[in-house]
Amino acid sequence: MTPFLQPEAEWRAHLAEGRFMLQRSRATGGHVFYPRIAEPGTGAQDLEWVEASGDGTIHAVTVVRKKDPADSYNVVLVELAEGPRLMSRVDGIAADEVRIGMAVSARIVEEDGKPLLVFVPA
Amino acid sequence: MRQGGFTRGSSAIVGAATFGIGKCPGVSAVDMAAQAALLALADADIGLGEVDALYTSAPYEALGGMELAEYLGIAPKVTDCNRTGGSAFEVYAQQAAIALEAGLIDCALIAYGSNPASNPPPGVGMTRQSPWEAPYRPLAPLSSYALAASRHMHLYGTTRAQLAEVAVAARKWAQLNPEAAVRDPLTIEDVLGARMVSDPLGARDCCLFNDGAAAVVMVRSDRARDCAKAPVHILGAAHAVTHREISSMPDLTVTGAAISGPAAFAQAGVTPDQIDLAMLYDAFTITPILFLEDLGFCPKGEGGRFVSDGRIAPGGSLAVNTNGGGLSCVHPGMYGLFLLVEATRQLRGEAGERQISGARLAVAHGNGGVLSSEATVILGRDW
Repeated sequence: MTPFLQPEAEWRAHLAEGRFMLQRSRATGGHVFYPRIAEPGTGAQDLEWVEASGDGTIHAVTVVRKKDPADSYNVVLVELAEGPRLMSRVDGIAADEVRIGMAVSARIVEEDGKPLLVFVPA
Repeated sequence: MRQGGFTRGSSAIVGAATFGIGKCPGVSAVDMAAQAALLALADADIGLGEVDALYTSAPYEALGGMELAEYLGIAPKVTDCNRTGGSAFEVYAQQAAIALEAGLIDCALIAYGSNPASNPPPGVGMTRQSPWEAPYRPLAPLSSYALAASRHMHLYGTTRAQLAEVAVAARKWAQLNPEAAVRDPLTIEDVLGARMVSDPLGARDCCLFNDGAAAVVMVRSDRARDCAKAPVHILGAAHAVTHREISSMPDLTVTGAAISGPAAFAQAGVTPDQIDLAMLYDAFTITPILFLEDLGFCPKGEGGRFVSDGRIAPGGSLAVNTNGGGLSCVHPGMYGLFLLVEATRQLRGEAGERQISGARLAVAHGNGGVLSSEATVILGRDW
């Protein structure tokens, strides 16, 4: 019997090795994020790991404001070139200057001793 | 087959009450829910012994349905404590209408109490943060609504001043409601000048976080005729869930109200232009704008313009959130039941200074999660 897919654990293992992976259904070709045991909507379980292009577009943005403006930070929704949307952050730009429609690229950084997926302006 | 699972008008709200709005210290959440329940039963002139269905959503107790049944000393045939957040109570009205008509139950009690302002909740809540969102430190749930608002502004040119109109209208209604918790004057400039929290939402774009309890009692319409007050009939109801977290919302500017609204209106056989009162869950100023669009009061993208120039304030073209809403009256964590109570009071003609003259039809629209769960109820007098 094929070992049961461990969606989050496998995704994090890939990320720790420097790869941002998505799942893709062999039958439908649809990409899936966040990782799960079946494609949402179809229930297809023929999912394989494929490397993400890392290309995306800012779909929505907010800036969480702190007392000291230097501590304020952005939170974004990125629409990936492959289709799925995810929450992330844009580094390498002032929190205030992130705009909807901006092209961004994925980066893996280390934060609190763990790998974290972020984006930078493309 | 019955459209929507029950016959239009087959059941009615016959009792409604609120309790402890604002500050209610020294008691527990279940004390408050029980007090509101007894007030609503008295309002209906129905004894506790008649209640055979209990619907609640306890703020900090996952098994709150059983807790409230035990507290009241009743053994209901139907007990629910569902997990659709603030929309739970509109879902209960639908479920009760179905169970009443089916003959499964004869008297439904929907009750809720919560006092987070007086009795701050424990650090660990009943929901976990998504591992896919938490590392980016969004403010929960505020940043999720802010992201939806940012998209609406980008696509449709909605402005912060238009969002502010929602807060100002709510405050003007609150000033006519002695029960509302916050009644001091509020201007567009005050809202725009308030501390920014999560762009584009500032401190005055956010609902209150105060104490409050509410309850309603529902029976079949034949029984309703013998109750103390004029029945408010359930004409239509529908529910839609589209996601849990904002990153999975199918379209950030279209909520599940675009599904539940048309279904509830079709069942009721009425259209938005016939509605006298719209009670629209206002967790943040963006939410009534989205619901006005999705329920069909205006086209998609026009919500900001629809609320401008005081159009949803007292004296405007559509009465929205006449109790002052979650923004200025009460929001103890899950606000949905207060929508049904205010709709009932308006349709009975009990709303005092804020009464909409001749009100016959109302919509109560509940929202839960982060625009995740949407439930619409159409209510009518003399249907």
